[in-house]
Amino acid sequence: MHLAYPAVLSALLFCTGLYGVLARRNAILVLMSVELMLNAVNLNLVAFDVWLSRTAEETLHSGQALTLFTIAIAAAEIGIGLAIVLAVHRNRGTADIDKLRDTAEGHESRPVDGLDSGTSTAEPTGRTEKAEATA
Amino acid sequence: MTTTTLAVLVPLLPFLGAAAGLLLGRTAPGFVRPLAVLPTLTSLVLAALVAVRQGGDAAVDAATELTPTGSIPIELALYIDGFAALVAVLVGLVATCVQVYSTGYLREDPRYPSYAALVALFTSAMFLVVYSGDLIVLLVGWEVMGICSYFLVGHYWETPEARAASIKAFLVTKLGDVPFLIGLFALATDAGSFRITKVLGAVAHGGLDHPTLIALLLLAGVAGKSAQFPLHTWLPDAMAGPTPVSALIHAATMVAAGVYFIARLLPVFEASQAAMVVLAVMAAVTMAGSGLAALAQDDIKRVLAYSTIGQLGYMTGALAVGDRGAAVFHLLSHGAFKALLFLAAGVIIHAAGTNSLAAMSRMTGLRDRVPDAFWTMTVALLALAAIPPFSGFFSKESVLGAAEHVTTGHTEHAPAAAGWIVLVAGLVTALLTAAYAARLWLLAFHGRGTEAPDHGRQPLTMTVVLWVLAAPSLALGGFAYRSLPDWFDGRDLAPALATSVLGTGIALIGVLVVHAAWRHTTAQAARVPLGAVAAHPEGDAGLVEAEAIATHAPAYGDVASAPDPADPGRLLLGPLHRHAAVGFHLDAVYRALFVRPVQGGASLVRFLDREVVDTYVRGAGTLPRWLGTAVRRAQTGNVQTYVSALLAGTVVLAVVALLVATGA
Repeated sequence: MHLAYPAVLSALLFCTGLYGVLARRNAILVLMSVELMLNAVNLNLVAFDVWLSRTAEETLHSGQALTLFTIAIAAAEIGIGLAIVLAVHRNRGTADIDKLRDTAEGHESRPVDGLDSGTSTAEPTGRTEKAEATA
Repeated sequence: MTTTTLAVLVPLLPFLGAAAGLLLGRTAPGFVRPLAVLPTLTSLVLAALVAVRQGGDAAVDAATELTPTGSIPIELALYIDGFAALVAVLVGLVATCVQVYSTGYLREDPRYPSYAALVALFTSAMFLVVYSGDLIVLLVGWEVMGICSYFLVGHYWETPEARAASIKAFLVTKLGDVPFLIGLFALATDAGSFRITKVLGAVAHGGLDHPTLIALLLLAGVAGKSAQFPLHTWLPDAMAGPTPVSALIHAATMVAAGVYFIARLLPVFEASQAAMVVLAVMAAVTMAGSGLAALAQDDIKRVLAYSTIGQLGYMTGALAVGDRGAAVFHLLSHGAFKALLFLAAGVIIHAAGTNSLAAMSRMTGLRDRVPDAFWTMTVALLALAAIPPFSGFFSKESVLGAAEHVTTGHTEHAPAAAGWIVLVAGLVTALLTAAYAARLWLLAFHGRGTEAPDHGRQPLTMTVVLWVLAAPSLALGGFAYRSLPDWFDGRDLAPALATSVLGTGIALIGVLVVHAAWRHTTAQAARVPLGAVAAHPEGDAGLVEAEAIATHAPAYGDVASAPDPADPGRLLLGPLHRHAAVGFHLDAVYRALFVRPVQGGASLVRFLDREVVDTYVRGAGTLPRWLGTAVRRAQTGNVQTYVSALLAGTVVLAVVALLVATGA
């Protein structure tokens, strides 16, 4: 099989994953897209390893070994990622990335229940509620 | 031991005593008094021994160079001629008396250990100045004395007067010390050495290129240290310190250092006729002005302070006519009787509970309370007023005789103009001196009014030293004027008939005029009751004095004068009294000339810093802040935006790397 097939396939997979990461709003779909990108890389690794082993006298198949590592790390990553998404969904009631903008400039941890931020008690109140929310 | 070893020990012992006193003052209070008195006493004995061995013969001259210091070598040098040997004995005598007196005077003072150590350090520094044969080593002692004076004037630093006085004393003397230092460098550059012997050798061979400049620069330092016009204003204020300090530092020794310095380097000053005339004018203004000011003071110690300035004027006058023998003779006798006057004044202030002459003139029987102080002070005042046969008469007549000798114009070393200036000013001052001495004696000991308070006997340590010092005040001049020329330059110090009769007659006129004025005004004393006395008359003398100084200004509205119509000085001076009481407004002039411009400059610098420099700094910060605000807008909080930017950046970098790699 010519090297171009797996390379093109992997490029398509990677672009699909990239599109998913950049454009999907659901956090779980974003994680799945990350998996797609990782697997595109894995495909590349395996394909080029086979391609290299054809020409080389002897090889350690390091591309395939690295793929195994990537799979293991991807498994761990998806586990942690899903756990975070689960925790965020439990607390915020949503896993929509567009709505999780706490780190935006000028965000200033607004109280969730809509207290008037002009009052002097707004700031500590907001902070305690956020502390509860992240607990 | 050789004379050199003894001479090295003289300044060293009080220094070690001071160091030990400062270290042990808190942990072993029992050792403080012996550590204060014994090294000074030993130094006195050693100084006397050095004087006996030196005996007015060839000067002891020894030097050792510790380390090479560059172009002009600085050596640890001793140079002990007759002047140095005798002045050291005087310093030792007065310092010992003051240390003994202080044990009684400040016996309950919690800061006595540091006080005694500073007095010992001061004594050591003065010995160093007296014995040093190297100008830089002399300068070290000179400056150590300055800082000791600062600390000791500010001994009662709880009172604002003492704080202000100590800073004033320090700043004014430093104002003279800066030109003094430059003058020393110029002198050493011209002469090629800091050694006094080599400097004098260079002067003798006409080796000085700028004699007038050097002499005037050195004169500035001398004027500051010896409280000569126009740098004398610190001395009356320095009376805010304890009385023994005034006796030691501000009467007998430190202020004499300037005179002694000129006496050592007199050929340098004689090389410039202009400098001698300046010295004569300075001495004349100082003498006459201080005499008038002393007549108007109400604080007994300020009277004595102005009197010190005047007597130092006599000494600089003697130097201006080129007779250092007369100057140092007057330094010796003045040191004895002025120390006695101050110490006796301390006893009187303790007994009366006030330092105000106006308050003392309303007390009966003060002299019966302090008979020792009364008799010794009478002796010292007679010596001050130069009444024969007291020691002040002989020394003052030697000054006037030297001035009279110069007026004939047959001398090369001093211009005749200087002689006339000093002679006329000296005679006027003789009148004023006798007048304020008589005023002080009459007001302090012949008051009429309520009975003086009885606080029991004065401590023995405070009265014995008065008699010790009374002996030289009484007899030093009469016995010494024949033998002293052997120690000095060999010039005759015997009083001349013309100036003696003239001077004594003028002094007697001064006494009689003040007595007549006093009889005239004393009737008014009963009508105006006055009073400012210490709140704790049973305390030790130091406490009483501090309270007396602190209560003077609230009671009379001024630290210097009192609105007392019964004061003969007020009657005699007439409209001049108001100006004389404040030292002829010299402080106000200094305020306008120096203090105001400095404060104005400080506020200008403050304005420039706050308003101009800070504006530029703030302006420089504005642009980065705006940029930061613009860049912060990119922080949307949306992770996908960040990743998109990251991707875009990566693509751009990859394209650039590719283009560079392919060489496109």
